[in-house]
Amino acid sequence: MLDAAPSRSFDPKDYLRLQYMPHFMCPGCGHGIALHALLAAVHDCGIAKDDLAVVCGIGCSGRVGGYIDANTFHTTHGRPLAFATGLKLARPDLTVVVVTGDGDCLAIGGNHLIHAARRNLDLTCLMLNNEVYGMTGGQASPTTAATRFTSTTQSGAIEPTFDACALAAAAGASFVGREVTRQAPALKTLIARALRHPGFSFVEVMSDCTEIYGRKNDLGEAPEMILSQKADMRPDSHRDATDQPFRPHALPTGVFVERDLPEYGARLRAHAAAIRKEAGR
Amino acid sequence: MSARLTALHGNHACALASIAAGCRFFAGYPITPSSEIAEHMSHELPRIGGTFVQMEDELASIAAVVGASLGGLRAMTATSGPGFSLMQENIGYAAMTEVPCVIIDVMRGGPSTGMPTRPAQGDIMQARFGSHGDRPVIALAPASVQEIYTETIRAFDLAERLRTPVTVLYDQVIAQLLESVAVPPPEAVHVSERKWANGAGPAYQPYAAGEDGVPAMARPGDGHRAHTTGLTHSESGFPTQSPPVVDRMMRRLLGKIDVNQALIEKYETLMADDADVLIVAYGITARAARRAVTVLRAEGVKAGLFRPITLWPFPEAPLRRLAGPARAVLVPEMNAGQLVLEIQRLVGRDPPVHPLGRIDGEPIAPDEIVTAVKELAVHA
Repeated sequence: MLDAAPSRSFDPKDYLRLQYMPHFMCPGCGHGIALHALLAAVHDCGIAKDDLAVVCGIGCSGRVGGYIDANTFHTTHGRPLAFATGLKLARPDLTVVVVTGDGDCLAIGGNHLIHAARRNLDLTCLMLNNEVYGMTGGQASPTTAATRFTSTTQSGAIEPTFDACALAAAAGASFVGREVTRQAPALKTLIARALRHPGFSFVEVMSDCTEIYGRKNDLGEAPEMILSQKADMRPDSHRDATDQPFRPHALPTGVFVERDLPEYGARLRAHAAAIRKEAGR
Repeated sequence: MSARLTALHGNHACALASIAAGCRFFAGYPITPSSEIAEHMSHELPRIGGTFVQMEDELASIAAVVGASLGGLRAMTATSGPGFSLMQENIGYAAMTEVPCVIIDVMRGGPSTGMPTRPAQGDIMQARFGSHGDRPVIALAPASVQEIYTETIRAFDLAERLRTPVTVLYDQVIAQLLESVAVPPPEAVHVSERKWANGAGPAYQPYAAGEDGVPAMARPGDGHRAHTTGLTHSESGFPTQSPPVVDRMMRRLLGKIDVNQALIEKYETLMADDADVLIVAYGITARAARRAVTVLRAEGVKAGLFRPITLWPFPEAPLRRLAGPARAVLVPEMNAGQLVLEIQRLVGRDPPVHPLGRIDGEPIAPDEIVTAVKELAVHA
């Protein structure tokens, strides 16, 4: 079903539960751009809404799924990948997308991320990284950059951060990529590639929390924050001292890993078939 | 075809019963003394078109079970105390979202790591109150390998029929006991089909229910494109904080157990009608109590046994009826006094309800119960 040509041009309204609009994201929040890109990618891939399952965790990212006109599951904090693993194994016919956040995926759910990556089940995981726990009032997350102010780092953050893509790649994910919400068309293309990839696909979406994180760190309004993504994402060699980077360490974008590894569900079914054959059943 | 008599280990009986009940998905994490269930399921499920997956921890195990059940499969996990503790949040999620699943908790000595290879009955209250908030709870307590077989099947039936998680609690002794079991022929095994929303039409409300309190479930791909959330939701399935709606939804959710109490309730009695001292015991302890009743009656002491097979919701009315005329009630259990609290709540002060706890990792022997009952019979 993934390769069916889209029958008409993309209109996000076709994929949204309009009765729940306007959404409750803050003004300037990047998650809406990520949602739009996901829906456009679903459209490009020709995935029918009935065959799409979106599994979310808890936090701002967790509320994205509720706006999608598909089979949507708002689960518990940190566990969407584990719920999705059960759902996808039970229903290989579904396209299962997990939408999670930096706290949901890397802190409370970190164990599930590395094992989902290792297993290589055909899931597409979108981690919306806004560097903060927005829903609970702006506490530091595993991706909050050093020196940033949050409600639990009131004198500046001191912990090192996770590079989520490096983590997912090291754990065995067969597709890993990162894109910024500023580059919405590129983000859509990246998500579409992840959806088409058979195996565990990890996409980190650099999103902005304007109201709670940006304001506290004097990063400007939404336009300034989104424009600054360009500088943030440049390699170190192309930055100069006049840059005022939102993220002190530049993060590369694009596809970092795309490898042909055995997909877990297919492998499990083939293994079971071999066992049945040997047992004469 | 009649039942086939065979010798089974408790945990093996649980696995076979689950498969007979139509379980086609198992996710779990190794833990003593429940691991044999996972081992048997890992062997059997691939042979019958089912799926076994060993997850990274118990949080993931129960999450995967709920995910598979949301996808439409009969699904289960098995664990012991420490893992059962880790599963509590997602058991609450399954109760709130009304997703059928079966959790086997093989009880071992606690708290904490406790005594992994020793029996206990210390998870009784955790099964009832382990997850935050108020939620519907069903917990079954088999007392033999035969009963592990029948109660595991019943757990699937209740879970599917009432759309709720069901816990089967049994101790390490019966988990690893080898006993003869009459395995019923497949046509004698009945598990209700989940109420599906197929063909419900555009007016379908995922959490609207009729008199039995059980809503029809949307299955991904059936065209309903429903939303499932652990947030308090309205009939639509979408979050709400409107006090009257929340009140209505919570009363329906909790009331699902009350409305179906007769279906869920199960107990057994032994010479309880004229008992001076009524023993209330479950699991392996009930078997010691059964022996104690026989010994006591032979000595002229009018002892009787009330054995709840459904622990939660507790069979309140029959217990009250049988405890009323007794002069004392004794509650032997392998913990520091858990079910006794519920019995005291139900019976009150008259007759007095006494605990008999054992917390040293040994099962309670019949003579301990005999001695305790004789003391009560004298002083009552």
